[in-house]
Amino acid sequence: MRVNGAAELLDLEPRVSLLDALRERLGLTGTKKGCDQGACGACTVLVDGERILSCLALAVQYDGREITTIEGVAHPLQAAFVRADGFQCGYCTSGQICSAIGMLAEHRAGAPSAVTDNVATRDIELSSAEIRERMSGNLCRCGAYNGIVSAIASVAATESVS
Amino acid sequence: MKVFTYVRAPDVATAVEAIAAEPNAKFLGGGTNLVDLMREHIEQPDVVVDITALPLTGVAELADGGVRIGALARNSHVAADPLIRTRYPVLSQAILSGASAQLRNMATIGGNLLQRTRCSYFYDTASPCNKRAAGSGCAAIGGFDRGHAVLGTSDHCIATHPSDLCVALAALDATVEVQSVRGVRRIPLVEFHRLPGDTPHLETALAPDELITAVELPALPVAATSRYRKVRDRSSYAFALVSVAAVLAVRDGTVTAIRLALGGVATKPWRATEAERVLRDAPAMEESFRRAAEAELATAVARPHNAFKNELADRVIVATLRQLLAERSAT
Repeated sequence: MRVNGAAELLDLEPRVSLLDALRERLGLTGTKKGCDQGACGACTVLVDGERILSCLALAVQYDGREITTIEGVAHPLQAAFVRADGFQCGYCTSGQICSAIGMLAEHRAGAPSAVTDNVATRDIELSSAEIRERMSGNLCRCGAYNGIVSAIASVAATESVS
Repeated sequence: MKVFTYVRAPDVATAVEAIAAEPNAKFLGGGTNLVDLMREHIEQPDVVVDITALPLTGVAELADGGVRIGALARNSHVAADPLIRTRYPVLSQAILSGASAQLRNMATIGGNLLQRTRCSYFYDTASPCNKRAAGSGCAAIGGFDRGHAVLGTSDHCIATHPSDLCVALAALDATVEVQSVRGVRRIPLVEFHRLPGDTPHLETALAPDELITAVELPALPVAATSRYRKVRDRSSYAFALVSVAAVLAVRDGTVTAIRLALGGVATKPWRATEAERVLRDAPAMEESFRRAAEAELATAVARPHNAFKNELADRVIVATLRQLLAERSAT
């Protein structure tokens, strides 16, 4: 697979999750193991630009795919999280940022969410309610949600201007 | 997780041959349910047949105006598909109200139909569970049953079916296409999931060697005005306590078409046929909605911690139909 732009040749047994392959085999420990059962979002990475949970992904299924982890990210969201106090302990942050990058791409493509009143609409305003719903797969036990939402909103506002 | 042999199927023929040759094999799609269950030692396949490379990911219009959804289409892609969003908004809404965006990017439509219950006793291998170990008993009956079903239960199982997608599919009269080495057959979605009865471990009409290849939606112009409403313990990323999928058409104050299905309250995606019977040709007003809801819940069997679901289901049915009526009147 390709990880952060580099080709990686791994010999793995099929039980190994993508998360463990990244952390234990490639030493990319920025992606965090929270619940290891798809309930917290700390392990979020991008595969071909789409956000997924690496804990429920068997690495063998991602043969040949383009994986992006936090180590491969250089995005305005990172500075925005610092500016807006989008974390305390920081354990969920790499997952939050990878998830937000995927979320902004989904929104740019016109995808609706569960709080979009008319799902047929393609031009959806990224309100606070939309950001909260679209980011609901990423839990923050410190409760830094207000900072997280304002960090994402500030980057989304800049993107829509440019 | 038990050791297993991993096989990657390049096409449908190879996939169904691989499963036919191995009695304890499982198809692997997005893995969002199966990988978790394998880690918990609830699913223990000897062979895992990865089907994610199969060319079954499309969403396409059929000649009769219906829509065919490939079984390997990702939940997120189906929810965002223009055909689904405009013709069957209830289906987009149902998908979007389930799990999280990351999980919807992984999970497939076929896999969603086969997801297992979230009953905590099913997950707890130290508890008896007739679904997990046939004949071992049911710890949920007499246990903490707050999340459990009030419709379609038996003395052997009261586990709720967890899918949102399937509730919308039940309302829309979807059909499931399946294939094995013996050929192709089609199963109505409402007959795809089984009631637990005295065999809760048998959950669907799918034979062990059959692969889901597609889900088809019939042409249903009235579904352009439809709603999925879900009530849960937190506002997102949680399973339903009660959910309602509804399609409503009204002419001159009379109900001319009604499709209603319930989630979170039943052992399978629950088509509300009693409520539909009461509503057909009835005056489109709140009193009819209430009578229909009460008719549907008349056979409900409440237990110590889930009795609240009866009234909650009544209220969510009425609220959803009231909202659809207002949308109909506004157009």
